[in-house]
Amino acid sequence: MTPRVQPHISLHEPLLFERSSPGKVAYQLPDLDVPAVNAGEALGTENVRKEIEGFPEVSEVEALRHYTRLSTWNYAIDYGMYPLGSCTMKYNPRVNEVVARLDGLSWAHPYQPEALAQGSMEIMARLEAALAEITGMDAVTLQPAAGAQGELTAILMMRALLAKRGNPRKKILIPDSAHGTNPASAHIAGYAVENIQSSETGVLDVGALERIVDEDVAALMVTNPNTLGVFEENILRAADILHAKGALLYMDGANMNALMGIARPGDFGVDALHLNLHKTFSTPHGGGGPGAGPVAVKKVLEPFLPLPRLKRSGKKWAYDYKRKYSVGRVRAFYGNFGVLVRALAYILANGGPGLRKVTTDAVLNANYVRKRLEPFYDLPYSSPSMHEVVFSDERQAKQGVHTGDIAKRLIDYGFHPYTVSFPLIVHGALMIEPTETETKHELDRFTDAMISIAKEVETDPQMVKNAPYGTRTSRVDEVAAARKPVLRWKPA
Amino acid sequence: MLDVIGVGSVEDLFAHLPEAVRLKQPLDLPAGISEYEVVEYFSARAAENATGYSCFLGAGAYNHFRPVLVDTVVSRGEFLTSYTPYQAEISQGTLTTIFEFQTMICQLTGMDVANASMYDGSTAMAEAAMMAVRATGRGRVLVARSVHPEYRAVLRTYSENQGMPVEEFGYVAEAGTIDLEDLDRKMDDLTAAVIVQSPNFFGIVDQLPAAAEIAHGRGALLIVVFTEAVSLGILRPSAEADIVAGELQSFAIAPSYGGPYAGVIATRDKYVRQMPGRLVGQTVDTRGNRAFCLTLATREQHIRREKATSNICTNQALLALMASVFMTVYGKQGLRELAEQNLAKAHYLSGQLRPRFCGKFFNEFVVKAAGRTPDEINKALLKKKIIGGLPLGRFYPELADSMLLCATEMSRRPDMDVVAEAFQ
Repeated sequence: MTPRVQPHISLHEPLLFERSSPGKVAYQLPDLDVPAVNAGEALGTENVRKEIEGFPEVSEVEALRHYTRLSTWNYAIDYGMYPLGSCTMKYNPRVNEVVARLDGLSWAHPYQPEALAQGSMEIMARLEAALAEITGMDAVTLQPAAGAQGELTAILMMRALLAKRGNPRKKILIPDSAHGTNPASAHIAGYAVENIQSSETGVLDVGALERIVDEDVAALMVTNPNTLGVFEENILRAADILHAKGALLYMDGANMNALMGIARPGDFGVDALHLNLHKTFSTPHGGGGPGAGPVAVKKVLEPFLPLPRLKRSGKKWAYDYKRKYSVGRVRAFYGNFGVLVRALAYILANGGPGLRKVTTDAVLNANYVRKRLEPFYDLPYSSPSMHEVVFSDERQAKQGVHTGDIAKRLIDYGFHPYTVSFPLIVHGALMIEPTETETKHELDRFTDAMISIAKEVETDPQMVKNAPYGTRTSRVDEVAAARKPVLRWKPA
Repeated sequence: MLDVIGVGSVEDLFAHLPEAVRLKQPLDLPAGISEYEVVEYFSARAAENATGYSCFLGAGAYNHFRPVLVDTVVSRGEFLTSYTPYQAEISQGTLTTIFEFQTMICQLTGMDVANASMYDGSTAMAEAAMMAVRATGRGRVLVARSVHPEYRAVLRTYSENQGMPVEEFGYVAEAGTIDLEDLDRKMDDLTAAVIVQSPNFFGIVDQLPAAAEIAHGRGALLIVVFTEAVSLGILRPSAEADIVAGELQSFAIAPSYGGPYAGVIATRDKYVRQMPGRLVGQTVDTRGNRAFCLTLATREQHIRREKATSNICTNQALLALMASVFMTVYGKQGLRELAEQNLAKAHYLSGQLRPRFCGKFFNEFVVKAAGRTPDEINKALLKKKIIGGLPLGRFYPELADSMLLCATEMSRRPDMDVVAEAFQ
């Protein structure tokens, strides 16, 4: 009998636990230079565990091959364009990885004496100053771990300010185009959420805003440019309406890559905003994190910033823990320092003019994609695009092909899909953010693929609906996964 | 490109912005610098930090050796430069590693299900408390004073506006373990959760079974917190915990001045729908092959908006991958041996000193600076290129004469002897 032959081994990598066999090890430890201790005596026999059942037992080369093989099952920016709208999937300079791993920075303990942490503190202080300049705000906290935590931090600060003025108020207004994190963050801060419908042109409806804002409204959370990639042209008027009623304006700064060096939130009435350092300021997304979500505020909110604050003490940096009105801590220590290092590296490498160029390139690329795809896909809002463009599947839906299908077909052409079905105000949305780092060559390949798919939808819609064809894994059954969740491996 | 778009210059693409919002002058930032200069700048800052010191600080951030395979794996562009695995067909690498991560966390903690990571231990603990509030329909939370002080501070910030009153209960002055009488006294039928850390902030293995009895007796959940994940290599996981919330920094995540780290929440099957954060589940593709995908998303903010279990979106995937590679490299045998080395080192050091508390400890312990202040001892150690322990007065006024010392597999015997001498 001929032995069965299987294709390349990376297609058939088992789980770690299936690969394990007793006694295999991949670690090395030095010999103990102190006497060993009896665990039962030191910890109490009742506290000592037996073996960790099922835990991996593999050799070093098996460990390396396991992860290397799994890695080949991923698409990544290093392979090609990743136009996931709203996520800013751009190339992040590799030098950032090198500097974040310098021993003096990566081995710095958060409690080492301030005198021996001046380098870390200088990096944070310089980053705070740079972000304040870029956003036109007065003060910055680097503590929040990601954008959503930045939102929460800022809303807590607004609440504290309003409470100090006598009334924390009851609701936060959020446009229907907003990220889901906005309402979730407002809710954790203790506010009711009221949605406002966008206008016919896809921007904030200031008429509606004027009618809604009263003494119960604490703030409006607005994304600018919004999730359609459209600049909120009435932002100044919105700020006036809110401020006249004692309410505040919060900006979700997820899309700051459309504004750097062009316009500053601090100059158009924003009282607080968060930035996603992993988006605009370049930390690789790592399969879902880490990020960092600094919050920039106007003077009026400064007393409420989280603890601790950096302060100058003679020629040294020090921490100030004594701030009466602070909202407290939102996470342990000082923030995702390693991400902060990468952000400052990016800002220093680009400089002021370079950051402006980042923005103009991002907007140029998005408009190029828009122009090339407009004849083939429905553009529900024709307002000028900034850094991203949102189409709908209206034309393709007539053939029974939806945005999710087009996305899957795009995989066969060698691209990561755009963001599917968001923002919610566009039915069947295709949200495309090319970012500034894509070349015309790559944009042409991508738009050619999209055009080709549009034609396939006309000629063979069923073929598109069954895509992808060229991947190791075909369409997965997400319904089955949710109906009977299997969330961990267990021995057969 | 401009011709295709139909504009004369890039500036025309911004012409629609209202004049009043436009920045009139260039950003006040210097011109860009080259890669070489970037490295030079950060090398200079790194040199201003402590370099060449041995360090006896723990308290939520631990010095453990990072196996070389960890950075080898996480530096692969396929892991480094991909994002949240929404598109399962081209994200099976990330999805499979998260599924394995969830499994290994369950094996370590004895829980049924674990999520794909939280920001860090402190926010994981706050989210666990909110989860207990949802699961029980009650509002109040009791937290031990022997839980990391900064974790408790985060809990207070999160709880403030949610109708979730947080109260603290004390520790026993001799043993450093939780004060069960104080807990019992403060317990009531409105309490959603009791939060205990073990090993606690003082390094001591705490009384989880007794805490569970009191909590469960009044219908509350027990949340067990850990900051030193290596202890799980040797300590029996709590059979009584309802939720485990912890910090995985010890698993090959560099101390990095406090972050980024990776938190995690694990729990019993029955609470899975109250759990925050992403979850990966097993399924099949259309060809019938095993595959993985994000699942139970109806808990999450992008679907449920203000009714979601949490606002978390971006998490700590790459750090969780570091922890996974670490767990793979050390494995069943290695994690035990690593924990034993930590235990031996800390007990060698403590053997030359007099620990303040009599409770059993893992790799951290509190010691009194008799005759001098902790700062004075640390100052003397710094001259010998040693960073001593954490003075506790900042967090516990009653322990102002004491410091928290930590020894790991990286602590060298001669350095420990120098530390011990400083107390003589």
